[in-house]
Amino acid sequence: MAARPPVTAWDTDFDVLDPSYIADPFTIWDRLRSACPIAHSDRRGSTWLPTRYDDVTALAHDIEHFSSEQISVIPLEGPVPEEPVLPYGIPPISADPPLHTWTRRLLLPWFSHRRVESYEPMTRELCASLVDGFAGSGRADAAAGYAQQIPVRVIAHILGVPGTLADEFTEWVRDVLEFADDPERRRYGFEHLVGYFVTEIEHRRSAPGDDLLSTLLHTEVDGEPVDERLVLGTAALVLIAGVDTTWSAIGSSLWHLATHEDDRRRLVEDPALMPLAIEELLRAYSPVTMARVVTEDIEFGGCPMRAGDKVLMNFPAANRDPAAFDRADEVVLDRAVNRHVAFGSGIHRCAGSNLARMELRVALEEWLARIPEFGLEPGAEVTWAGGQVRGPRQLPVVFP
Amino acid sequence: MRIRVDPDKCQGHARCYGLAPDLFDVDDYGLSSVVGDGTVPPELEDKARLAIANCPEFAIEELAD
Repeated sequence: MAARPPVTAWDTDFDVLDPSYIADPFTIWDRLRSACPIAHSDRRGSTWLPTRYDDVTALAHDIEHFSSEQISVIPLEGPVPEEPVLPYGIPPISADPPLHTWTRRLLLPWFSHRRVESYEPMTRELCASLVDGFAGSGRADAAAGYAQQIPVRVIAHILGVPGTLADEFTEWVRDVLEFADDPERRRYGFEHLVGYFVTEIEHRRSAPGDDLLSTLLHTEVDGEPVDERLVLGTAALVLIAGVDTTWSAIGSSLWHLATHEDDRRRLVEDPALMPLAIEELLRAYSPVTMARVVTEDIEFGGCPMRAGDKVLMNFPAANRDPAAFDRADEVVLDRAVNRHVAFGSGIHRCAGSNLARMELRVALEEWLARIPEFGLEPGAEVTWAGGQVRGPRQLPVVFP
Repeated sequence: MRIRVDPDKCQGHARCYGLAPDLFDVDDYGLSSVVGDGTVPPELEDKARLAIANCPEFAIEELAD
């Protein structure tokens, strides 16, 4: 694909895949918020980019005008298949009520507080063994070698997928989510994921287990079994939504602690600070931007939005809005007033938020217990992914 | 001090439960409710205020006496 020209006018021609946006979106949002709080671009179809907390949360609550039927921040290019593989999308995230309502109720109990507590020992053991693997070597890639190794295996466990497949899973999910400008690679990963689940669904029809996939397959709605293609969509959602989002949060948090010695020492000396610190790191480095599609022409915040336009749900920028947070651009580990919307706002609040929090907390606890002192490797490059999900993808650190 | 959770506003962020598990309960669908009739023991009033200040949906309110 041809390279796109660098962005010079962020208010009228933004591009969330521009290298400068991926490297430092914060100063771009700050400038937009005061000059043009809802930016527009035609680069990937007519798209709006709100940056204020009040606008983003209002948009998230107006499900009548802003539908979740198109949630991808970067539109897929290329021909649309005549027979879509997932005719129901990946509900509930890509659905409006009523489909959203009942598919969400099927998923939520798997991510309730009680269930998530039962996944904690497995997560802790995984994190501990990962750190033990490199703690003696004095260096690690905290993103690829740690953060990226955790969520996919936890999700695989919940779905009932053997842990041995986690490496392949990781690659497929990366193909789908991290290579937005490479449609071939996206399609490759997507087809493999779907293929895997089609096989697994066949298997579980005859031999159900105590896992999410089996439960979905054997659920009846209004006396009818759930359509298999809908089960497929929901399984794909659990896998995709729970993987690079969480590893991005873990990676960004470790990047912060590697680059902010005071915060790192404070957290090591006062572990009771962890619950508030987790929320603050989620606020400051919110990984996820979702999209909505405008259902009918509407003026919002003085902007003439047309049916079919995209609106990017810029939760990360909302969380940096000085109108909603004191010292919004600073990490304050014990921030007491923190209504952050890292997990969204309204009826699409991240269904896996309890799980993500647990993974982030356990990942940091197990790391800091073994490696309390660490910093970026001098001269080594930190790389970031951006677009729909922002976080470090290469994070070389050294420690004594 | 007495508090309540507005069930129409709560979206299951569970921030209140995380901050003050003695004052709130969450069901399997993530919805929060107050423990008992929402009366807050004096020693937990700070926690109750913290929960109110952290709800992203502004769903927790202090009831007038």
